[in-house]
Amino acid sequence: MGSLSTAFGSLGIIMKAVKILERVLTTIPIMFGVAIIVFFFIRLTPGDPVDIMLGRSAAATQREIEQLRQQFHLDEPLHVQLGYFLGDALRGNLGYSYIRNKPVIDLLTERLPATIEMTLGALFISLIIALPIGILSAVRQNSLLDRMSMAGAFLGISMPGFWLGIILILFFAVRLQVLPAQGRLSYDVPLQEVTGLYVLDSLLTGNGRALEDSLKHLFLPSLTLGAGVAAIIARVLRSSMLEVLRSDYIKLARAKGASEWGVVMKHALRNALIPTITVVGLQVGVLLGGNMIVETVFSWPGLGRLVVDAIFNRDFPLIQGAVMIYAITFVLTNLVVDILYTYLNPKITL
Amino acid sequence: MTAHAPTRVARGWDYTLRIRLRLWWRALAELGYELWQRPFVLMGGVIVALFILAAIFADQITIHDPTRGTLLLRFEPPAWEAEGNWKYLLGTDDQGRDLLTRIIFGTRVSLAVGLLSVAISVFVGTALGALAGYYRGWLDEILSRFADLLLAFPFLIFAIGVMAFLGPGFVNLIMALAFKGWVEFYRLVRGEVLAERTKEYVDGARVAGQSDAAIIASEILPNVIQSVFVLGTLRLGYMIIMEASLSFLGLGIQPPTPAWGSMVSSGRDYLLTAWWVSTFPGLALLLLVVAINVFGEGLRDILDPRLKIE
Repeated sequence: MGSLSTAFGSLGIIMKAVKILERVLTTIPIMFGVAIIVFFFIRLTPGDPVDIMLGRSAAATQREIEQLRQQFHLDEPLHVQLGYFLGDALRGNLGYSYIRNKPVIDLLTERLPATIEMTLGALFISLIIALPIGILSAVRQNSLLDRMSMAGAFLGISMPGFWLGIILILFFAVRLQVLPAQGRLSYDVPLQEVTGLYVLDSLLTGNGRALEDSLKHLFLPSLTLGAGVAAIIARVLRSSMLEVLRSDYIKLARAKGASEWGVVMKHALRNALIPTITVVGLQVGVLLGGNMIVETVFSWPGLGRLVVDAIFNRDFPLIQGAVMIYAITFVLTNLVVDILYTYLNPKITL
Repeated sequence: MTAHAPTRVARGWDYTLRIRLRLWWRALAELGYELWQRPFVLMGGVIVALFILAAIFADQITIHDPTRGTLLLRFEPPAWEAEGNWKYLLGTDDQGRDLLTRIIFGTRVSLAVGLLSVAISVFVGTALGALAGYYRGWLDEILSRFADLLLAFPFLIFAIGVMAFLGPGFVNLIMALAFKGWVEFYRLVRGEVLAERTKEYVDGARVAGQSDAAIIASEILPNVIQSVFVLGTLRLGYMIIMEASLSFLGLGIQPPTPAWGSMVSSGRDYLLTAWWVSTFPGLALLLLVVAINVFGEGLRDILDPRLKIE
């Protein structure tokens, strides 16, 4: 008997592995499609993109114009242009920014750590807020706490991020003057960069002052970015907890004499988290889009600011590269979430 | 033929139309009753209606010019503050323009962009979704793959990317939002039509000799339209926030036309001295979006309880 169940168990693992592999493979055409759509962005510009890009600097030499035309392969047929674009992208070459005189990929990777740090901060804060609220509101359904939390969550969903950021600045930075309103680190705080994530770097180098300073700078942007996500996670967690708490196996666990705390945390939460994780994955898209707004509000030197600046400089290759990076990050996150989902969900075995 | 036998000829299109109208009227009356039972939802609807009225009659209900100010009157604080002036209820901005007037005029941009981009998304998404769901085949394949691709982009990033290349402006803004906005309606309608097309009433209509177009338009779509309406209401608030976000970044409506997003942005430079410039336009935005969402979620609970979140 024992060997039989092991055999079934390993079969289950193989089936899961096949499912995951299938899912990984589906991302490849999507990545190509993303690149193709981004390629066609340049076609949306009214008129000649090169003229528009160089329109501001009258001093553009003939050579620069030629260089730009060459980069976009504008004198070749469309499918050849697309071929060049996709080939370059596959080799990690996302074009060259003439405004900043650097390869696009370098510009993006320079700014990436700041954005990652803020996104992780936001995800962390949103989970800290949403998990207890979601669990407690479900356990005490229709209590005052539940009603107030859900009203708050409703407000959070409807809240425009840029405005919340400004209100937080007005309160914490202007009125109370306890938190900084912009940047990642005060000018007089030295920090040796290792990973580019300042909180992590100050931990790695044992720099207590930088740790405190970078955390203070990180708090308001992360809260701004995380608030809306927290609201959505709390709502979804609450409703899936409510559903789980009504199921038979919870009744069984109670009948067996498990403590209420044990029932909620061990039996209910683990199952309620499965649908919640999918939602968290989808919210990464919201976090990525919100980055641009929040980085603008808090002058945070990340990817989002870079893109917004690029738009006003009409730095088209940089915009294309950034949109592509954002989309690919989003696709990959959803891939990870789906894998996690397959892994966690006991229903998907054979 | 006996006299009482029902004949379709005698009871022509006006008869079916009358029945349809009566059914619609009854549904509307029921909806009204359900709304009356839910005071919060009703209040949301009333607030939205007030915003719409304010947008329509902006010229009549304001006394100041929304785009031209007096520099002597820069940064007048709100009326209830120590140096406030009751002529400028919510204070003035950096160019001495009345903030309340600009907020009222800003309602126009938010509602116009929101309603138009949702309307286009609904129209395109419903039409393509119905075709794909009814005919399946290669059309469905192509459209669904394209929809999947668009879903790979976070909404705001896609809209920002499109705006960056299209350039700012009212029409471009709506295009950028609708460009990706139709996908959700497409997926909703396609799914519903897929489920409906195998039902008996559709077979019946086909046997009766109705054309495909007539079956889609007058048999299937009326059963789907409630869900579309609910989703449309819920997307409206989202589109309005997207418009405001784009305008905040300077990509949307250009000054001096008042738009809430750009008004919040212009107040950012004066947070230390004039808190009201950024605060009030955002508050108006929040109020409108909350009202729309309360109304939309209430409508969903009434019309489409399957989607209800507890």
